[in-house]
Amino acid sequence: MPFSVYTSKLAQAVNWARKFSLFEYPFVTACCGMEFMASWAPKYDIGRFGAEVPRFSPRQADLLIVVGTITERLGPVLRRIYDQMCEPKWVIAFGVCASTGGFYQNYSAMPGADQVIPVDVYIPGCPPRPEQMLDALLILQERIQKGEGHSQVVLRAERGYVAPDAVIRPDRGEKGGTGR
Amino acid sequence: MAKIVLDRLAEQFVAGEITETGSQHGNEWARVNPAHWRGVAQFLRDDPVTALNMFIDLTCVDRLGRTPRFDVVLHLYSVDKKHRVRLLAGLPEDDPSVDSVVGLWPGANWFEREAFDLYGVRFLDHPDLRRILMYPEFVGHPLRKDFPKEGRQPLLRRFPGSVDEEPAP
Repeated sequence: MPFSVYTSKLAQAVNWARKFSLFEYPFVTACCGMEFMASWAPKYDIGRFGAEVPRFSPRQADLLIVVGTITERLGPVLRRIYDQMCEPKWVIAFGVCASTGGFYQNYSAMPGADQVIPVDVYIPGCPPRPEQMLDALLILQERIQKGEGHSQVVLRAERGYVAPDAVIRPDRGEKGGTGR
Repeated sequence: MAKIVLDRLAEQFVAGEITETGSQHGNEWARVNPAHWRGVAQFLRDDPVTALNMFIDLTCVDRLGRTPRFDVVLHLYSVDKKHRVRLLAGLPEDDPSVDSVVGLWPGANWFEREAFDLYGVRFLDHPDLRRILMYPEFVGHPLRKDFPKEGRQPLLRRFPGSVDEEPAP
């Protein structure tokens, strides 16, 4: 059996494990946090997708969720937290402020967290519904499985690790899937 | 409404020290000569009739185009007498400075730092007059009317000079 096939299977298994055991670091700065907290509560229960463990140390987390407005003053702080996380790591920008700066168009608000860190999934809304958080998590899980997360791509580029062809996630069933 | 505070000020200070007063809906205000800012504040705090012992707020207004340009606004309240007053001091554009009232009400400390940070008003004898909201590297005072609305001064950017040139992975 060729070696490449063996590697491919391992990467799929590792990515499968990664996507169902995301440890979150909630970087909550603003009102979006209220809706974000609801995604953990029993009604929405993000634990169903294996991401219910918040880690309040970036060194133990692999999913950074930026919730709320990022100011220019906060930019270096956010970057340092991202740098402290072990690779591979992923970032979700929760709400329009974290995605684009939202309705803040002034001297102090940063136009999106992606000015200082790479973001994998953006969630629009002011604030978004908890369902959107779950949807973003599912999108991120697909990308993790495919090895398309930003830090996964960077890892491959920097360290010469050649990713195997990813398995496309099977269609989600009789409801026609999500079209992604 | 009984103008307790304004009557007391009129008894104690001459027209050059209190330049203008007014009262509307029971809210009294007095425009103070900046040179007598602290003296008037101390009198209002220590006088048994006014007894304005509680600091409520201190802020600044930029009236661009007017002379003097800045108004420092001080809100005081008397916990015992249940009345309040608003003091204003007009400060010129070239040297907006006024005495600090931190020595009278310690709670004014951060408010004066805020007014200094955002409007550039200097409070003389303030114990620790540093920026409080903006970062130390920031240049200018962003709530001045002539400050550009999007005058960002980024501390950090992944791609300086661009919004985001990162190709999608």
